[in-house]
Amino acid sequence: MSTALDTDVRPEDRFISAFEVNHGQALNGVNASIAQQREDAIERFSQLGIPDNSLEAWKYTDISKTIDRPYTLSLAAEGPSVAPSDIEPFTIDAMDAHRVVLVNGHVDESLSDIGDLPAGVVVSSLAQAGETHPDVVEAHYGQYADAEDEALTALNTAFVQDGAFVYVPSGTIVEKPIFFLHITAGDEPLFLQPRHLFVVEDGAIAKIVEAQHALTDAQTFTNTVSEAFVGERANLKHYLFQDEGTSASQVHTRAGTQKDNSVYSTNTITFSGEVVRNNATIEADGSFCESNLYGLCIGKDEMHVDNHTQMDHVQPDCNSNELYKHVLNDESTAVFNGKVLVTRGSQRIDAYQQNDTIVLTDDANIYTKPELEIYADDVVCSHGATTGQVDEEGVFYLRSRGLSERRAHILMLQAFTDEVVSEYKIDPLRDYIAEKIRQRFASYFA
Amino acid sequence: MALLEINNLHVGVEDEDIKILNGVDLTLDTGDMHAIMGPNGSGKSTLASVLAGREEYEVLEGDIHYDGEDLLELEPEERAEEGVFLAFQYPVELPGVSMTNFLKESVNSVREARGQEELSSAEFLQQMRERADMLGLDADLTKRSVNEGFSGGEKKRNEIFQLAMLEPRLAILDETDSGLDIDALQSVANGVNKLRDGDRGFLVITHYERILQYIVPDRVHVMMDGQIARSGDKELAQQLEEHGYEWIRDEVAAAAA
Repeated sequence: MSTALDTDVRPEDRFISAFEVNHGQALNGVNASIAQQREDAIERFSQLGIPDNSLEAWKYTDISKTIDRPYTLSLAAEGPSVAPSDIEPFTIDAMDAHRVVLVNGHVDESLSDIGDLPAGVVVSSLAQAGETHPDVVEAHYGQYADAEDEALTALNTAFVQDGAFVYVPSGTIVEKPIFFLHITAGDEPLFLQPRHLFVVEDGAIAKIVEAQHALTDAQTFTNTVSEAFVGERANLKHYLFQDEGTSASQVHTRAGTQKDNSVYSTNTITFSGEVVRNNATIEADGSFCESNLYGLCIGKDEMHVDNHTQMDHVQPDCNSNELYKHVLNDESTAVFNGKVLVTRGSQRIDAYQQNDTIVLTDDANIYTKPELEIYADDVVCSHGATTGQVDEEGVFYLRSRGLSERRAHILMLQAFTDEVVSEYKIDPLRDYIAEKIRQRFASYFA
Repeated sequence: MALLEINNLHVGVEDEDIKILNGVDLTLDTGDMHAIMGPNGSGKSTLASVLAGREEYEVLEGDIHYDGEDLLELEPEERAEEGVFLAFQYPVELPGVSMTNFLKESVNSVREARGQEELSSAEFLQQMRERADMLGLDADLTKRSVNEGFSGGEKKRNEIFQLAMLEPRLAILDETDSGLDIDALQSVANGVNKLRDGDRGFLVITHYERILQYIVPDRVHVMMDGQIARSGDKELAQQLEEHGYEWIRDEVAAAAA
């Protein structure tokens, strides 16, 4: 079932009327609190409206224009049929993983290969988890993402239907990566709203890999909300590789919270997309937390990529490291806004933020802004931003050792991105991404 | 045929009305070690840069023949392939570029150009170990990014290490001795002497006479105001150490008057 959005009316009203028409279609019935959250969320969405660039947080990315297109709001209970050969280029077979393929936000079991999981670990669709593990879902769902102030999170919440789910119980180690391969398929211009929930309890260790690809050239918009809980002494590495092609736009909102002595690392690489807005928020809600936020954007053509990060230090004795890099070619645009909040009483925080950009053409643009809000007095917070070209002195050095000018440029760009790519602590995944990046750079100097 | 023949070389800076070299003549034969000395700003490093193919310099007049070939026609990487090597005065740090990968690519591109087979990984690693040993270079440095976090001495030693790996026919050392302590100076000089096997020519650019106590040159040239003002044997270096450069300037001025 789907609903075409009527473009004659205000875009907000299209979603609101679609909500009313499809009232019973979503993750309802499973649990009364989710149904109530949906009602509240559409109300909140209606009040907030779709953000435009009159809002400071959306100054350089006018998402309202991208949303205001005649998308089909997909409310089907499952995705279209996709052949294994269609997803072959994306499966990263060298990576031994618990693989789950989602098509348009729905798990496709025939394409998935979850394999054997340690006892108690759950890797499934969110809809299924609502039935099998209602207590876990209820305890964490909707707790970390902000549906109160973020219109697109409210919109996702109102239409919540399905998505990815991971539950790693206390003390459990999942050695192999859990790999979610998100596929957008179908001929229609789709508006998708997957919703993911990752729960890693006290002392548990897991690596979650997400990759986004599209099998369609139709214009699509994906409004993802993803929530993560990282318990005491737990360690979660969370990697996201975005490569949906030139006709796909998305807002990807990730909200994670972590408890005492835990480590939470995220790393987002944006390789393609039309308009991509990533909101990554981490709340270090415990002492002695380590938080790592890494990101890389390889922009070309007219790609527009906006990374908004928010690091909330609300407890003392934590450290956070943030590094986002961009390599921008053609007329691509990147936005980086890194907010660090240290609340009163959150002493002895060590927060580091860096954003570095290489601009390859006169028409590429970078807007970078650190935003530090510090209410404690015993903290070390640093930030830096650089923008420049490839270091020609380095290129000459390499050429004087026999490397061609082309090879020298590729190597210099690879070296620049390596600082982020090398943080992918899964060798076959890192090699796969590094090779894709190398090929992209090679294409620039053909 | 001379290995390197520089005739009446005039060089300026691209887009700027600055002239740095004003008619340099110099001939170097295979097996020879020549030193170029001179005060700051006399054009020594510019000459090295022009030989390596740095693009911000513009040759206004004159020519350079390397092994009979017009060197100025070649791209920097072609010069490397043909056997020209510049040890940089300021070696460049390349974070993210591993020493091993960089050197392997460099060695193999030069070997390919010379019609030699690519080295296998095992052969390459063995050669790398041998040459690092020979120069007293800490083998751990080869596991790091190129020059990143290297001390000044390590960077200069790394240049000589690359020289040893690439086996050039013409090696230009641009102030490789400056800033070195005596241990580093000796190990750099030892490395150069080991590579001085009669099959290559060396052009050692230096500010000080002290390195020439370890690397004994066949000829010493004094560069002043973009010209070779005087040439002589190794005794000339000793005279410069004792009396400075001004007496040469005075003599040149007197001769011109």
